[in-house]
Amino acid sequence: MDFSIVWQYLPKLLEGAWITLWITVVSLAIGLACAVPLALARLAKHPLVYSPAYLFVLYFRGTPLLVQIFLIYYGSGQFRHELTDLGLWGFFRDPWFCGILALVLNTAAYSAEIFRGAISAVPRNDIEAGRACGMSGLLLFRRITLPKAFRIGLPAYGNEVIFLLQATSLVSTITILDLTGISRQLISKTFAVYEFYLTAAAMYLVMTYALVYLFRLWEKRLSGHLQPRVVAEPRT
Amino acid sequence: MLDLHGYGWLLFDGLQLTIAVGLCAMVVAVLLGLLGSWGKLTDHWWANLAANTYTTVVRGVPELILLLLVYFGTPTLIQSIATSMGYDIRVDINPFIAGTITIGFIYGAFATEVLRGAFQSIPKGQAEAARAIGMHRIKTFQRILLPQAMRFALPGLGNVWMVLIKATALISIIQLDELMRKTKIASNATHEPFTFYLLASFIYLGITLVSMMAQKRAEAWANKGVSR
Repeated sequence: MDFSIVWQYLPKLLEGAWITLWITVVSLAIGLACAVPLALARLAKHPLVYSPAYLFVLYFRGTPLLVQIFLIYYGSGQFRHELTDLGLWGFFRDPWFCGILALVLNTAAYSAEIFRGAISAVPRNDIEAGRACGMSGLLLFRRITLPKAFRIGLPAYGNEVIFLLQATSLVSTITILDLTGISRQLISKTFAVYEFYLTAAAMYLVMTYALVYLFRLWEKRLSGHLQPRVVAEPRT
Repeated sequence: MLDLHGYGWLLFDGLQLTIAVGLCAMVVAVLLGLLGSWGKLTDHWWANLAANTYTTVVRGVPELILLLLVYFGTPTLIQSIATSMGYDIRVDINPFIAGTITIGFIYGAFATEVLRGAFQSIPKGQAEAARAIGMHRIKTFQRILLPQAMRFALPGLGNVWMVLIKATALISIIQLDELMRKTKIASNATHEPFTFYLLASFIYLGITLVSMMAQKRAEAWANKGVSR
């Protein structure tokens, strides 16, 4: 065990960790923007609206992320001429685009399922009260349903964020130098296998539990008023 | 019609290996889960500490890193220890065993949480009643606690299985000839990556759908004695 070599390459590893965080945040933001309309489509009554959303969610939740990444990155090569004609080949040739696209589609499917559950778990009374106040349609959704659903779905969404952070390690398989990719590259250079992997593991661990902590704070902020109030225990 | 250029059988071989790795890893995961849930629920402080460290660490590190660590890290570690003791050996881990153990080890942490919840939801009176009629602790576990815990744990373990079988795709990275790697071979040979990766994704989807149906049936079977 010789961790001095890790010390020497620490700036590179931190750079990789930064890329990991960046990919996570970008995928989450775009994924979330897709997930809410998708959840609403899933809840729609018309079969032409809900069945495509249902199939999308089923496919991206039912297949491994690695296959999705390879399907987009390597699979697009099969349609190179068609994509070149459309002017899209530049995007699909880029591992960053493909990796983030796969992560976005994947997290959109998982988050849509979380928000679908959360929206249908919003108590009827709240919606009825909103209607009684004269709200309807978009206003009712924006003011009553969505904030409440967000509060209900937040713990599950926090788990999804953590899964996504860890899932970003898979983009290292298509040559992106995130924390995992950088570690693999440094290992092939220095042969210090477990030193680098253990350091990378520790860095992921820190990022994961930092996120867990942040989400707990956020939950407390959003639903603190719903928590049982702490009362001094009666003396016995 | 879909033309696989005769590579269909290759994928079928890979599918068999994927299912074999998945099932073996699931057995490892459930056994580790039983051990881990015991560790979490017992009064021994060292067992609590070990079980909590296990679930905390495993759930905080990506599967890919753990897999690479076990497959590439362990032989190097053993070799460098052996070298420092004056031996010169070469260790190679069989990818099937490395994959099974790593995937089982990772999902054992998730199974631990599922089983801990299941054991906790058995009313305390059950174990006390068994004790009162003079049943030994091991017999109590085998006859009273385990069957009931398994019923409570079934939905959670089903979820673990579905995530686990998808995670086996990662083992292709350590050169085990399972479905993903066979797909790569076929797509390189035919220059039709989209066709083959799409087919592979549908095979995984098929596994998921079959598992979902099997889970529904298993839950109905396990709950048939419960009046409701």
